[in-house]
Amino acid sequence: MQGVASVTRAPFPPAHALTASFRLPCSRRRCSPQTLRFPPLEGYLDEQFHQLEELQDDVSPNFVEEVVTLFFRDSSRLIGTIEQALQKHPQDFHRLRTHVERLKGSSCSIGALKVKSECTLLGEYCDEGNMDRCLRSFQKVKREHAILRQKLEAYFQLLRQVGPTEKASGSGN
Amino acid sequence: MSVATEAQYHVLAVDDSLIDRKLIERLLKTSSYQVTTVESGNKALEFLGLHDEQRESPSVSPNNEIEVNLIITDYCMPGMTGYDLLKKVKESSSLKDIPVVIMSSENVPSRINRCLEEGAEEFFLKPVQLSDMKRLRPHILKGKMKEPQQQQQQQNNKNKNLNNNSNNNNSKNNNIKLQAATKEKPLMKGYLKKEQGLDSLMAIV
Repeated sequence: MQGVASVTRAPFPPAHALTASFRLPCSRRRCSPQTLRFPPLEGYLDEQFHQLEELQDDVSPNFVEEVVTLFFRDSSRLIGTIEQALQKHPQDFHRLRTHVERLKGSSCSIGALKVKSECTLLGEYCDEGNMDRCLRSFQKVKREHAILRQKLEAYFQLLRQVGPTEKASGSGN
Repeated sequence: MSVATEAQYHVLAVDDSLIDRKLIERLLKTSSYQVTTVESGNKALEFLGLHDEQRESPSVSPNNEIEVNLIITDYCMPGMTGYDLLKKVKESSSLKDIPVVIMSSENVPSRINRCLEEGAEEFFLKPVQLSDMKRLRPHILKGKMKEPQQQQQQQNNKNKNLNNNSNNNNSKNNNIKLQAATKEKPLMKGYLKKEQGLDSLMAIV
C-alpha cells in the first residue's frame, strides 16, 4: 500500500468503533476524542502514559507498545536483581536503594503509577534499613508489576483487534 | 515533500536507562532535532572526540566534523554522573560552549544549583515532556553565537596536530566521516557566520 499518510494499522481506533467505555484514563488532562479509555487500566497509569501516546504518530506508529515492551524487559531484570540483592547478608541497603531508584525511574517514565508508588515505599524502607518491611514491600512491587503487565498486554491485544480501520468501521456501537 | 526551512540541530542525549533514551530520542525527533543517544558519560565524551585529550585526525576537515549543538544528560548515572560529564565538557576548550542541560528524576535544590553553577543551562525534572523541548532552542542559539571562537580554537588545535600527526584513530574517524557526510549542514549556521562577517571561516566551510 503506497502513500505517505496511510498506515496498515491505525494507532488509535476511531472513537465510533469502540464502546463508550473503551478509552484510556487520563488522571489530570482532558482526553482527546482519539484517546482510548480502558477500564481495567483505570488508576494504574498516569498522565505520563498519555504523553507517550501523544508521541506516537505515523512516523512512529508503535511507539507506545515499544516503550512498554522495553519497560517490562528492563524492569523484570531489575526485579530479578533486587530479589537477589535482598537475599544477601549483611544487606547493602545503599546498593539496594540504587536498584529500586532505577526501577522507580523507569516506572515513572511510562506512567506506571502503582508500581512507582510501591517503589517509593520500598525506597523508604531501604533508607530505614528495615529488612522485614523491605521484603514485604518488594512483594507488593512485584505484584503491581505483574498486574500492570497483564493489563497492558490485554490493552495492546484489544488495540490490535480493533486496529485496522476497515474492521473498525464495520463494528460500530 | 516540503523542504525544511529551519536548521536541523544535533542533540547528544546521555542516559543509562534504555527507556529514557528511547523517550528522549522520540521527544527530540518530534521536535525536529537530529539525535544521537549514548548510555554513559564516557561514551558521550568519546562521541564528542574528547578522550585522553586527543583531537581527531587532522585529515578530517571542518565540513566532516560531528557537530553537537546541545548535550542533554541524566544526572544519576553509574560511573560518570551527569555532573561529572558537565564538568568535563566545560573544562574542554573545544566543547565548553556547547550548552548542557541536566535531567533528573529527583528535585534536589542543592543538586540543581551545583549544576547551574558549573555551567548547565537548565535542569529538567523527569519525566521530560514535549513542552520541555521548546526550552532547548534558546540555549542552542546562544551556543551558536559563541561558536566562532570555538571553531577558531578547534582550527588552531588542528593546525597544531598537523605537526604531530597521530594515526591512532583513523578507522574510527572514517566512521565519523561517514556519519557526518549524511548529516545536513544547518542553514542557520552559515547565515549566522555571514552576519558576523567571518569570511575566513566561510572560506573553509
